[in-house]
Amino acid sequence: MLGLILLFGITILFVTGLLSYAAYNPDLARINDETPDKGLLGFYLFSWPTSPYWLYRLTQGVHVTLGIVLIPVLLAKLWSVIPKLFEWPPARSLSHGLERLSLLLLVGGAGFEFVTGILNIQLHYIFPGSFYVLHYYGAWVFMGAFVVHVTFRLRRALRAVRPRGTSPVPQETLGLVSPNPAAPTISRRGALGLVGLGSAALLVVTVGQSVGGWFRKTAVLAPHGQEPGSGPNGFQINKTAASVGIRASDIGPAWRLSVRNGSRQAILTQQQLLALPQFESALPIQCVEGWSTTDQLWSGVRLIDLAALVGLGTNPPKVLIESAQRGGAFSSAVLRDNQVRDGRSLLALQVNGATLSQDHGYPARIMVPGAPGVHNTKWVTRLSFGEQA
Amino acid sequence: MSHFRRRYGASPLHLLLVLCSFALALYAGVRLLKGDAWGVAIWFVGAALLHDLVLLPLYSVTDRVMQYVLRPSGGPSTRTPLMSVNYLRVPLFVSALLLLVWWPLILRQVSHFTVATALSADVFLGRWLVITAILFAASALCLLLRARAATRPARRAARAQRAGRKAAK
Repeated sequence: MLGLILLFGITILFVTGLLSYAAYNPDLARINDETPDKGLLGFYLFSWPTSPYWLYRLTQGVHVTLGIVLIPVLLAKLWSVIPKLFEWPPARSLSHGLERLSLLLLVGGAGFEFVTGILNIQLHYIFPGSFYVLHYYGAWVFMGAFVVHVTFRLRRALRAVRPRGTSPVPQETLGLVSPNPAAPTISRRGALGLVGLGSAALLVVTVGQSVGGWFRKTAVLAPHGQEPGSGPNGFQINKTAASVGIRASDIGPAWRLSVRNGSRQAILTQQQLLALPQFESALPIQCVEGWSTTDQLWSGVRLIDLAALVGLGTNPPKVLIESAQRGGAFSSAVLRDNQVRDGRSLLALQVNGATLSQDHGYPARIMVPGAPGVHNTKWVTRLSFGEQA
Repeated sequence: MSHFRRRYGASPLHLLLVLCSFALALYAGVRLLKGDAWGVAIWFVGAALLHDLVLLPLYSVTDRVMQYVLRPSGGPSTRTPLMSVNYLRVPLFVSALLLLVWWPLILRQVSHFTVATALSADVFLGRWLVITAILFAASALCLLLRARAATRPARRAARAQRAGRKAAK
């Protein structure tokens, strides 16, 4: 029962995790790729689409929320097989020994993935290295062992949930039944109910940060369960201006946007940008950490119009976006041509009818439908079309 | 084939599948260990043992202590089921689970949280304590209702007896 829930749940976690990696367009540019040594493990990558614009919001919300909700199921599964840890002799045969070695990768991999994920969404970076490296390669180690385990155990798991009477399960042969049981204090159904209650409790205090709107209040223990403020700019912030070293002089009257295409260049002030045709896009912000906002109404200059300023027609190439922020993995990013050409992709100057706040990227930020939050670069200073990075 | 099975303990397909998964683990593992190899190895093995060697002893001992404290006063011969321990076990389990997942925020371990997100880091401990209090209060209410339901026939009989006596007067 627990095994079958984990089979479905972890499969969804793996698929949504792989999608999240693809959403960064890592094969487009070195600076987009947090795991450039991936080799064959990037075999499945594809161009991340801009439609539906809520795709990443959905997949990443599911990835993080489902991962949290599965924790009691995983713990209960480990609890239910504890006698196996003390199996003697440790290896009855070569096949049994190899299988137990594989179990170390299975259990270690599961714990490693859940622990790094839980710590990362709380910004508690105590793990030994880059989160992306640990979580991505750890997932592949884990999934290899997971496939082996499912192949060897699926038939047994299915037999265990079949209605009784059709095929009696010889539980004793599995070595998990105590030869000398204590008086029962809870029924089997009660124990499963307790696991379900744990999952439900975690869901209730978490999911609101991904649903947003009124429901955010319900996410009382999730990192993004509060609103940072009120008004047009009062929605969730991933990194404030102060936390990434933005100084007043970086975004003051001296701020300029430079748009380049090879040797052609246009330099624009904020007033000049506001004088260009303004377009509106209703887009959410969705973070790799699983939280997201409802749609915000952004307005600004379309990326295709900025490309046209430097002589690029209706089919502009990819673009390198650079920010005034100091350091950090995402101070620059490359957007793919399909993202540049989408009419909803903006260099946003306003949100919900007001000028952008400093923490939301004043004077100008990128908004691309469906892109992970960190690719909606804030405090933009330069767009370089067609550039290798 | 049967010779292989005798020597290896399973079918050749078993060996093939396990070796495939080890090859994948090696390919990804080399990349996983590239930076702080010792740190990552310790975290990986530690994650494998976290439940079995840390969490399990912790919750088993807690559960045993609870059962001992709540043991029926009638002594070991009593037939009363030990189900009453669940009124303590269920709220404690849910509360501990929430702490297990959200401890960095609840215990204020993330010093840069407010600087990064502009959200208060001080709300989580209070909220967790309130949730814990509500869980125990709800459990106590269930126990109270269960106890009343169990003694209802006796109370009803007593009431009927009193009414009968009054009528006789």
